[in-house]
Amino acid sequence: MEVIDRELAPLSKDVRSDRRVYVKIRREDVRKMAQFMYKLFEPLRGRLSTVSAVDCRSHFEVLYHFTLSQLGLVLTFRCEVPRHEPVVDSISDIIYGASFIEREIHDLFGIVFRGHPNLERLILPDDWPEGVYPLRRYG
Amino acid sequence: MMSRDREVVEIPLGPYHPAFKEPEMFKLYVDGEEIVDVKIRIGYQHRGIEYLAQRMTIQQVVFLVERICGICSTSHQNCYCQAIEDAMKIEVPDRARYIRTLIGELERIHSHLLWAGVALHLIGYDTLFMYFWRYREPVCELFEELTGNRQHYAMICPGGVRRDIDLKKMRPKILKVMKEIKEPVAKLADAVAGDKLVRARMSGVGVLTRQDAIRYCTVGPTARGSGLRIDVRADEPYAAYKELGVDVKVMTEGDVLAKTLVRVQEIMESIGIIERCVDAMPNGPIQAEIKEYPVAEGIGKYEAPRGEVIHYVKLNGTTVPERVKVRAPTYANLPSLVPQLIGYSIADAPIILGSIDPCFCCTERVSIVDVREGRTVVLTMSEFNEFGRKRKNPLKVR
Repeated sequence: MEVIDRELAPLSKDVRSDRRVYVKIRREDVRKMAQFMYKLFEPLRGRLSTVSAVDCRSHFEVLYHFTLSQLGLVLTFRCEVPRHEPVVDSISDIIYGASFIEREIHDLFGIVFRGHPNLERLILPDDWPEGVYPLRRYG
Repeated sequence: MMSRDREVVEIPLGPYHPAFKEPEMFKLYVDGEEIVDVKIRIGYQHRGIEYLAQRMTIQQVVFLVERICGICSTSHQNCYCQAIEDAMKIEVPDRARYIRTLIGELERIHSHLLWAGVALHLIGYDTLFMYFWRYREPVCELFEELTGNRQHYAMICPGGVRRDIDLKKMRPKILKVMKEIKEPVAKLADAVAGDKLVRARMSGVGVLTRQDAIRYCTVGPTARGSGLRIDVRADEPYAAYKELGVDVKVMTEGDVLAKTLVRVQEIMESIGIIERCVDAMPNGPIQAEIKEYPVAEGIGKYEAPRGEVIHYVKLNGTTVPERVKVRAPTYANLPSLVPQLIGYSIADAPIILGSIDPCFCCTERVSIVDVREGRTVVLTMSEFNEFGRKRKNPLKVR
């Protein structure tokens, strides 16, 4: 826990309960976050549980939910992705488990994960029209 | 990705799936009998649950998420309600927590028995398949008496459970069913572990190394078969697991046999939990009231029979949720099939695919394409299973 506290000290941490912590990060730091978290997977029995994308009208929010079983904690990193430039760095080369969910968010929200090895369609059919993103709420 | 020269043959398994009841696309690239690469494509069963959830009220979504899965229906319902409770800061009454545990563990027993039967059917051991399903039946009947349904129990709601259980009447019945299945299932477990033929088909097949299990973020029995001690019930005890305790079953081999034995041991553990649960169930209210609809977000986590389920909900102060994100355990385990399949033969593919207990929906054909001769052979499900049992190449047979 101390390692996490030390590393995340400069960031704004939102502790909702002893099991749910939310941390806000910048879009540029996503890969740094993945590298830091991946190192904790073995000692703290951690994993990337999933990534959620939310349409917040003015921007998108991408939430990386990490589980650290040793601490019984869900650590969520939240980063804002601007609507006019929906691009964020891919973390699937660091954490293989992120590959599917990044492709899914690309399908449903049109957020591009830069550097993803294979950002093909996963959920939507091949003949789905370009530029139509079913889970975008505000156009 | 490996380079695919002319020697490598592509075998599409799906979108209509060979061994299971649901559509999914696995492209196997084989060199002779050996699988050298795998490509997975999902989405053939996408029903837009998350989209629908943004257009229903919080209470209606309870019934929507229950229909995500037919086998582990209470898992999603429970998980969603926990996410709502996390967002709204609701304390669930004690009796409701125990009822949730009871329903969840009964579901685990019936799901694991169902899976064990299907897995043995995939390798052609139909006698044990029938036996496993014979002992699943009393559990389903018990469900009908407890909840009114064999599946889709609709027992859980935000803040508690919807119906109470008449323990005076049901306790002896529950204990009787547990007693009835305990000994036979233990015997069947020995039959699986001790059978030379089962070992020959499962031992050392479809190995998922501990390192890969971590890298692919696997969950549930798939991860526990590879030596990862992760179980939401023990790590973040929800419902009544804190009081009742869970002994997490772990094996280190990572092969199909390890995953099978983990599940069989979990059935025995679940029987124990249910026996403790009905003895310790307190009296009291079964529902906490929802007083207001806040602007908030919450995360629910639940250990389904196949592994960790996670739901993320964002509420916007109205009765309609702003966002509901669902992650089912098979979604996490599916990519890990790539390292599990590579290096094994085509005939091992059905049982390896089966070993993660995947949950998609159903039809029954496989087309096998011989790229060298440009020939396509379409197999029915029974032909494909036959192929899995006899380990003969269907292209050569026909």
